[in-house]
Amino acid sequence: MKKVVVVGGGVAGMQTALSLKERGVEPVIVERTGALGGKLRNFHLLFPSMTPAAEVLKSFTDQVASSGIEVRLNEEFSDFSTDAPIVIASGFNVFDARLKEEYGYGIYDNVYTTVDVERMFNEGKVGLKDGSVPRRIAFVHCVGSRDEKVDQRHCSKVCCITGVKQAMELASLWPDAEIFNFYMDIRMFGPGYEELYQQAQQEAGINFIRGRVSEASPTIDGRIQIKAEDTLIGRPMKMTVDMLVLIVGMRGTDGGKFYRPRDLFGGSVLSDRPNVFYAGAATAPKTVGESIAEGVMAAEKVVQYLNDGN
Amino acid sequence: MAIDFGYSVSQPRAVDLDRNDLSLAREIVREMPEFSACIACGGCTATCTAGNLTSFNFRLVQTLVRRGEYAGAYAEMNKCMLCGKCRLVCPRGINTRGVVRLIKRKLGDY
Ligand SMILES: Cc1cc2nc3c(=O)[nH]c(=O)nc-3n(C[C@H](O)[C@H](O)[C@H](O)COP(=O)(O)OP(=O)(O)OC[C@H]3O[C@@H](n4cnc5c(N)ncnc54)[C@H](O)[C@@H]3O)c2cc1C
Ligand code: SF4
Ligand code: SF4
Ligand code: SF4
Repeated sequence: MKKVVVVGGGVAGMQTALSLKERGVEPVIVERTGALGGKLRNFHLLFPSMTPAAEVLKSFTDQVASSGIEVRLNEEFSDFSTDAPIVIASGFNVFDARLKEEYGYGIYDNVYTTVDVERMFNEGKVGLKDGSVPRRIAFVHCVGSRDEKVDQRHCSKVCCITGVKQAMELASLWPDAEIFNFYMDIRMFGPGYEELYQQAQQEAGINFIRGRVSEASPTIDGRIQIKAEDTLIGRPMKMTVDMLVLIVGMRGTDGGKFYRPRDLFGGSVLSDRPNVFYAGAATAPKTVGESIAEGVMAAEKVVQYLNDGN
Repeated sequence: MAIDFGYSVSQPRAVDLDRNDLSLAREIVREMPEFSACIACGGCTATCTAGNLTSFNFRLVQTLVRRGEYAGAYAEMNKCMLCGKCRLVCPRGINTRGVVRLIKRKLGDY
């Protein structure tokens, strides 16, 4: 029998392949980059439990290696119209913050994305460009989410909690820094998330200001001035910060959109074609745990499809 | 003689966090850390006895204080009659009545 192709070697793809193998179906993981792991390769600690991403990843790559699953690295899958069974676990693309020019990413110094912050933590060098410690930091929620201007109407779901997590990490790294999170809504949907938010307010001293930052501009002394409305007060607000962190959203991998599953109930890993399945963040913003769970479900549905005589 | 053209210079309305002195706000929060856990639900203001009869808005005044906008806070808090209803509804368990008293104690000069 031909191997079932799993497109993408992130957590969703790896779990799909492992579950297929357990059920006696031979998978092959096709991964575009030079390594398994997907986005988690660049992350430091995972919310909400602060588990090292590397630890989670290692348990998966170890299992994939010991189960003898075929992995084809540095190969981009493009044969999506195939009649053979495939599982699309191609995940998401990180929103390109340069598209929101008004925030100055790639233009002014010390404007970072949440993905940059994860990387800096991993490299052990978090700080300003000149190596100094910031006195004031602002996080901007919903960058590249809930925004028609960049054709991203959806909420990226995991970024509020990521912003809260990183604000707390920076607060414990630099206890004297003042940290402000500018949000439109705080969406804390998962277990322990709301509690983390309250901890950020009450124990870490993070200031939450409701209002969308309209623009960032450089000051004469090389800092960054931001403007928003404090919508809880109903007045414009401005302030200067040393470091601006853009909480970037997720973009889909189907021509910039997320793949559309057959339905959002029992058919969440099914497509409109009987031989094409989905797992993970390919269909919508999801957490690591949710992406892994869908890997198991997708494998189950593939096995049913094969048993039905296909 | 000066002619009055009917114009005046408008003061900037923005809350300017570069100019506002947040140290008093920090001091207040340090005495009552739960105060910073407010999620701006407005439950306190909805139930407030004083707020239903006057322009008093407890949620707004305490938010202004946390932004370093102290002017008028003491006078506003004087409208509170310390009935404590707000405390019964606060979903974050904040001793809101205690916040009124703390702000009045700290911001008597404003
Ligand atoms: C800043 C940030 C922080 C986050 N932090 C957390 C956290 O702390 N905890 C948490 O639970 N979640 C977190 N998430 C969410 C997490 O990233 C996702 O849940 C997870 O990455 C989804 O896994 P996935 O396998 O579906 O997709 P991905 O991780 O995106 O993996 C997809 C893989 O498919 C490959 N691929 C794509 N297209 C092709 C193709 N055509 N051919 C071959 N290969 C292809 C890609 O190279 C990639 O390796 C965070 C997200 C962001 C943006
Ligand atoms: S999770 Fe929060 S930051 Fe992310 S898009 Fe939704 S509301 Fe915005
Ligand atoms: S204690 Fe004061 S603020 Fe609270 S409900 Fe009574 S009058 Fe309003
Ligand atoms: S009821 Fe509590 S949480 Fe709600 S606005 Fe008032 S103080 Fe804040």
